[in-house]
Amino acid sequence: MLSHISLLLVVVPLISAPVVAILPRGRLPWAVAFIVAASCAVLAGVQLWAVLHEGTISYELGGWAPPWGIEYRIDAVNAFVALIVATIAAITLPYALLSAEREIPEDKIPLFYSAMLLCLTGLLGITQTGDIFNVFVFLEISSLASYALISLGRQRQAFTAAYQYLIMGTIGATFYLIGVGLIYSQTGTLNMQDLATILPDVLHLNTVETGFAFIIVGIALKLAMFPLHLWLPNAYTYAPSVVTVFLAATATKVAVYVLLRILFTVFPQGFAVTTPADELFIVAGIAGIITASVSAIYQENIKRLLAYSSVAQVGYMVLGIGFASATGLTAALVHLFNHALMKGALFMAVGAIVYRVGACRMEQIHGLGRAMPWTFGAIVIGGLSLIGVPGTAGFISKWYLVVAALEQQAWISVAVILSGSLLAVVYVGKMIEALYFKPVADAGKAVSEAPILLLLPTWALVLANVYFGLDTDLTVGVAEKAAAILVGVQP
Amino acid sequence: MSELPPFLLFFIAAGLVAVTRGLPRQLILLATPVVTGLHLWQDINPGADVAYSLMSYELAVLRADKLSLLFGYLFCIASFFAGTYALHVKDTKQHVAGLIYAGSALGAVFSGDLITLFIFWELLAISSVFLIWARGTERALKAGIRYLVYQVLSGVLLLAGALVYYHNTGSLEFGHIGLDAGIAGWLIFIAFGIKSAFPFLHSWLTDGYPEATVTGTVLLSAFTTKVAVYSLARGFAGEEILIYIGVTMACFPIFYAVIENDLRRVLAYSLINQVGFMVTGIGIGTALALNGAVAHAFSDVIFKGLLFMSMGAVLYRTGNINGSDLGGLYKSMPKTTLLCIVGALSISAFPLFSGFVSKSMVMTALMQENHGYLWLLMLFASAGVFHHAGIKIPYFAFFHHDSGIRTEEAPRNMLVAMSVAAALCIFIGTQPQYLYALLPWEVEYWPYDLTHVLAQTQLLFFSALAFVWLNKKGLYPPELHSVNLDAEWFYRHLVPAGAQRTLHLLRGAKASTLTKVIAHMQGVKNQFGKSPMAKYYLSESWPTGSMVFWISAILATFLLLGLFGLRP
Repeated sequence: MLSHISLLLVVVPLISAPVVAILPRGRLPWAVAFIVAASCAVLAGVQLWAVLHEGTISYELGGWAPPWGIEYRIDAVNAFVALIVATIAAITLPYALLSAEREIPEDKIPLFYSAMLLCLTGLLGITQTGDIFNVFVFLEISSLASYALISLGRQRQAFTAAYQYLIMGTIGATFYLIGVGLIYSQTGTLNMQDLATILPDVLHLNTVETGFAFIIVGIALKLAMFPLHLWLPNAYTYAPSVVTVFLAATATKVAVYVLLRILFTVFPQGFAVTTPADELFIVAGIAGIITASVSAIYQENIKRLLAYSSVAQVGYMVLGIGFASATGLTAALVHLFNHALMKGALFMAVGAIVYRVGACRMEQIHGLGRAMPWTFGAIVIGGLSLIGVPGTAGFISKWYLVVAALEQQAWISVAVILSGSLLAVVYVGKMIEALYFKPVADAGKAVSEAPILLLLPTWALVLANVYFGLDTDLTVGVAEKAAAILVGVQP
Repeated sequence: MSELPPFLLFFIAAGLVAVTRGLPRQLILLATPVVTGLHLWQDINPGADVAYSLMSYELAVLRADKLSLLFGYLFCIASFFAGTYALHVKDTKQHVAGLIYAGSALGAVFSGDLITLFIFWELLAISSVFLIWARGTERALKAGIRYLVYQVLSGVLLLAGALVYYHNTGSLEFGHIGLDAGIAGWLIFIAFGIKSAFPFLHSWLTDGYPEATVTGTVLLSAFTTKVAVYSLARGFAGEEILIYIGVTMACFPIFYAVIENDLRRVLAYSLINQVGFMVTGIGIGTALALNGAVAHAFSDVIFKGLLFMSMGAVLYRTGNINGSDLGGLYKSMPKTTLLCIVGALSISAFPLFSGFVSKSMVMTALMQENHGYLWLLMLFASAGVFHHAGIKIPYFAFFHHDSGIRTEEAPRNMLVAMSVAAALCIFIGTQPQYLYALLPWEVEYWPYDLTHVLAQTQLLFFSALAFVWLNKKGLYPPELHSVNLDAEWFYRHLVPAGAQRTLHLLRGAKASTLTKVIAHMQGVKNQFGKSPMAKYYLSESWPTGSMVFWISAILATFLLLGLFGLRP
């Protein structure tokens, strides 16, 4: 049974998705989706435990031996990411019940949960597979599901946002596929392990380097690296709240994982440094942190503000990858986990506000913090974590990132990371000011606290932010192990 | 139990205060400082060292020696009388913030390494700003934000300095740092400097403190600057530049204090002036001077607290704190008047009051180290203190012309708090040996010799004479409603005005460029206008095209640099 976990993680949500779609309206689809997500989280936990204690898992799909068949190959890196994705899904689904009932037309609810499960299938599939073409397939499954999910938003702009994301996401995926094709033409294999042994001999070929460039740029779009982030603010702003929570906490994270895999496992150690990739990441990371943080300050819609902040946070991860050192990768992986926690908590709290007042523009939420103290508390703590105040998860990521930058004597990066925190103070302060210090708007006079079913998942993530700010054994421990695998110190 | 970090008790109490009301809450407020003080006295020996492990890194949360213990006792005393003074306050937010604030100050002085110090440094900033915001006025909100920006800036500089320091030396221990440590030393020095209100970095203090609540200002005056003085004494003792900074700090606020109308702002200026004496002492760096600096910090917390409490009582009863509107209050508030005068005598360093026994140590150390001119300047500063804090505060609030305000005596808990502080002022002034026994460095010193007492008394009487004469002649600056320009003018007026002009210029440039671009685009649009794609392409809400541009641009750069060897 244990050996089939890697497969079950993908197959269970995949099979449940069509089942959920044909279930009758009501709360049954939700219940099934929740059970599936929760069992995925358990499976992912067991898988991480197994990998940490028994070493890398290799699963041959359909009994076809690699490199001809598809192989699922799990080490600490993807087990860690899979756990993040599945856990976030399991926490998001209880939240989805009320939030989706409020924001999504009733007749579309079963389809909505079906799409959520498909999206989960795709994201988990990307983390599990050891085949670069299979990555593309799952990337498309998750992307197509998320285009559909975004288009379910109540405002008409949701369609435009989804369409825009569709176009851009497809361009990114196509770039990735072109890259895979170019590399396949020179190596004749798609299996990551196999590629890792063949590629060192053909690295001098321009075709391979071109393929590498296509793959990197394609994924950079998927992870919303500045300036390829233009799809993200619209998509996050107009999607239903629960979709924003789920995508913000998982989708870009999985793209970061793919990037790490390609850079460090598929291509040999030190190859990235011989290409312009590392400079690209450092420059784009720095520009992203500053530009997106400044853009966030000027947003008048809280969801959009947080979306720009996400772009800035992706900048931190990309910067960590750009350092191409063990510490840099640890920082990127820790931030990947911590950012999922903080953005999950913040978007959930904002979703609770949307649940009560139906809007999240600054002038419509004036003074609501006093009527919704628990929601407001979640935003304050999540915001502090975003800033990187000691005692929160955000501090841990920033700390490792600064250490990594100091290791490389990258003084500009240090200054950028620290000033990014200052900019975060401003935009978090802007939210708090609107929510607490402004007089209550007329529309907000009769608002009461959000229902407990929305608050519980929110606070679960908020407390996780504090917990992982104090106890870093799990996050930093696993991330260090994963980083060691990536930069080639095989444990 | 024996090595429990003292800040923990305060943090637990803050949690309890948040959920209790009425009598239990009042008991917690009073018991916390007492229990912590006893704990420090009984259980913690100089040399205690407790570390707590966080992310494979040891945080030294309790490193005790005589210097940190002295500040520990002081902070317990201060939070005791501040707690008593605030007993009547119902606002939960203020009590919680106050306890976390006091606890963070304790945490900071017992920190054994720079990262722990940084954590408490930031907690101090964040918890204290709520004491300003709790006033609830628009002015308080804005002043609080300006205050927070300064404090957070100080924290960021400290963290940056700590990291560079670690990079250079491989150690994060918070011991003597010194300016020889290069950029790390300077970063940490400026971080400490902001919190101890160095000239031009001081405006958060005179801007923020007078806007805080009646009880909040008492707490604020006790902790932030004293934590900074402690840090300077530990990290930068004997840096000569501190002497000149200290003397400047002691002198320039005099002028502002004399013309200022808001009596709590007068006290804020006088706080900078007193910190100036401490900074000078740290700069001299001899054992006597350092002892003087920390002893003066000790007595300053108590008498400045007393003065802020008496002015707070006036504000609480009359709702007004402008010198021009008050006067004649001794008729309604005789006890407050008396206690205020005790504070005024202490800050002016009258013999037998606490200011005398501590300030004289710094002055003597200046003489011993042959800083004659600086000694004269400090003498001027001492006379100035007597003018603005010793005479001006009680005179304009309680005597002067009768303003006609009739009110009640201050509430009982305020009177008790003020009496405790006043009793301590007199006790330290008459029995200085107990304070001297706590001082960290071994020095034989006794303030009550003939020359010293005589010199100080003369100085005080002649300044009193000057005040009377100036007042009779009508030359003393009258109390007026006015706005006095200070260093904050730079960032509250000059920078915004400059920025506005720049923006204006930029906007002009942007407008003219835009018209040209739009005209050009119009031409393009007219050409393509008929095709339906043009409408989407030129529309602002359709940036897909720009995305495609960017992705191609990045791919092109990547390939050009990579394939054709054009890398830098």
